[in-house]
Amino acid sequence: MGMTMSQKILAAHAGLDSVVAGQLIEADLDMVLGNDITSPVAIHEMDKMSVKTVFDKDKIALVMDHFIPNKDIKSAEHCKCVREFAKKYDVTNYFDVGQMGIEHALLPEKGLAAAGDLIIGADSHTCTYGALGAFSTGVGSTDMAAGMATGRAWFKVPSAIRVNVTGKPGKYVSGKDVILHLIGKIGVDGALYKSLEFTGDGIANLTMDDRFTIANMAIEAGAKNGIFPVDEAAQEYLKEHTSKEYKVYTADADAVYEQEIHIDLSTLESTVAFPHLPSNTKTISEIKEDVKVDQAVIGSCTNGRISDLRIAAEILKGRKVAKDVRCIVIPATQAIYLQAMEEGLLKIFIEAGAVVSTPTCGPCLGGYMGILAANERCISTTNRNFVGRMGDVTSEVYLASPAIAAASAVTGKISSPEEL
Amino acid sequence: MNAHGTVFKFGDNIDTDVIIPARYLNSSDPKELAGHCMEDIDKTFVKRVKTGDIIVGRKNFGCGSSREHAPIAIKAAGVNCVIAETFARIFFRNSINIGLPILECPQAAEEIADGDDVEVDFDAGIITDHTTGKTYKAQPFPPFMQKIISSGGLINYINSSGE
Ligand code: SF4
Repeated sequence: MGMTMSQKILAAHAGLDSVVAGQLIEADLDMVLGNDITSPVAIHEMDKMSVKTVFDKDKIALVMDHFIPNKDIKSAEHCKCVREFAKKYDVTNYFDVGQMGIEHALLPEKGLAAAGDLIIGADSHTCTYGALGAFSTGVGSTDMAAGMATGRAWFKVPSAIRVNVTGKPGKYVSGKDVILHLIGKIGVDGALYKSLEFTGDGIANLTMDDRFTIANMAIEAGAKNGIFPVDEAAQEYLKEHTSKEYKVYTADADAVYEQEIHIDLSTLESTVAFPHLPSNTKTISEIKEDVKVDQAVIGSCTNGRISDLRIAAEILKGRKVAKDVRCIVIPATQAIYLQAMEEGLLKIFIEAGAVVSTPTCGPCLGGYMGILAANERCISTTNRNFVGRMGDVTSEVYLASPAIAAASAVTGKISSPEEL
Repeated sequence: MNAHGTVFKFGDNIDTDVIIPARYLNSSDPKELAGHCMEDIDKTFVKRVKTGDIIVGRKNFGCGSSREHAPIAIKAAGVNCVIAETFARIFFRNSINIGLPILECPQAAEEIADGDDVEVDFDAGIITDHTTGKTYKAQPFPPFMQKIISSGGLINYINSSGE
C-alpha cells in the first residue's frame, strides 16, 4: 500500500521501509523546540530523568518569545531557568532578546527546519514547518524533555486528508483566507489526528509566506501536521536559508487518503473567523452588519512576516488609524523588523498612528502588549479566537488577514481594503 | 485502578485557553495552576471540585495550545479522570505523558449528566453511572500507551527502559 508524504518521512525516521496509519512507532528527531512557557516545565521533567545530558546540542532550539522582553518577575524567572539550561548544555540554538523572533517564523528563517525533517516542538504551531516539506508537530513539555534527552519520540502514524489546490487567488486573498476557508469548511476537529497534505497546481500561486500561514493553522483544524510539496519556490527558500542537507519526499501515487477536499483559489474571498472558534467563518461580503473594533493586531507566527507587513503598509500608507482604534504591529523576527525598517514600512505604520513592537507573541495569547478589556473587540491576524484568548472573557477576537486587519484599523469596523 | 466521584460536564471544543488561561502561564507550579483551572468557563469549578471528581466533555476536548499546564491543572485540581467523545491530539498525548487517565467513550460522554455519581474501572475500561444505573465500555489504550501509563508516565518509562 502506498504511503502519504507524512508517512514516508515518519517511516524513514523510524528506520522502517513502510508504515501504515494507526501504527505506533518510535522515531529519531531532527529538531526539538521549546519556548519560554513550555521549556521550564520540560527542564524540570528532565531533572527527574536518569539521562543527564542532551542528545545533540545542535538539534535543540530554545526560543524566548511568549512573554519576552520579560513582562513580569515570574516570566523573568522562566527565561532565567531556560537560559541557565542552555548554558549548561551549550545549546547552540538558544535565542534570547536581541536574537529572538516568534519561534515559528524564526526557525525557518534561521535554516533550522528543512524538507524531510522530523521536528517536534512544545508549541502547537510547530506544524508551521510543513510549508517546507518537513513533518513537524506540536507536543507537550514531557515529550520535549524526552526528546531533548533521547532524540526520539513516539508517534501514532496519521491517516491523511488531501487538499487539492487549484487556481490563482485574487489581489487581497492570502494564505490566511485559504486556511480560514478550509477550517470553516471542515471544522476545528475536521482533521483530528490526521495530516493535511496539500497538493495541486494552485500551490505554485501561493508564496512561501502564504504556505507558512496555512501550515501554521493546520492545528486549528485539529490536524497533527500540515504539509506541502517541495516545489521550486520551497527549494529556493531552502537554498537561501539553510546549509542543512535536506531530503525531498513525495507521496506515492497509490497513497490512501481518507478524504479529498478541493480548493479553487480563484473563488476565494477574504475570510474572517468570528468569536469564539476559528471555524466560525464568514466571507467579507457575507458580513452585512457593522462590526466595530477597538483594536487591530498585525503580527504573530501566523501573519508577522515581511509580506504581511508589506500589505498592511500598502493599505495604511497615507491613511490614519481610526481615532477609537489601537493598532499594534509586531514584526515576527529581528530580521523582519530590520527589513521592514529598511523598506520604510515602520515609518508608514507610525505615521498612520499604529505602534510597532519588538518581536513577541504578546497579545496573541493574551500575554501582554495589547490585552482587551471587558466587551472590547479586536481584529487580529493571529490564529485563535477562543474565549478570553486576548484578555477579558467577554472580549472578542476576529481572525483575519493583514489586509483586512489594516483596512479595519482605518475604518474602525471590519472592512475590506476595497472599501477604502 | 479506579476513579469515583461527581461529574463536571462540559460541551464541545473545550480549549486549553479556558482550561488554564495563558495569563497564568507565567507560573508552572501545579498548585497555582489548579487554582485557576476552568476559570474562564466556570468560575465556581475550583471551589466545587473535590479530589476524585471526574470531568466529562464532548468533542475535541483540550483543543488549542500544546500547554501541558492544561492536564497538569486538571490533575492538580483533584480530577481523577477525563471522559470525552474525542480529545484533541496534543492534549491526549500530554495527559498520557503526565499520567492523567483519560477515556474516549462517545456514548458515555453524551449521556452522563452534570452532577452524576460516576465510577471508572480503568483496567476493565468500564464506566458506571450510579445515578442512572447505566454502564459503558470505553476504548482501551493501545499496549504501547499502557506501558507508559503503567510506568507512571513517559519520564519513568524512559528511565525504566534504561535509555
Ligand atoms: S504568536 Fe501566538 S500562536 Fe504563535 S507561538 Fe506565539 S502565542 Fe503561539
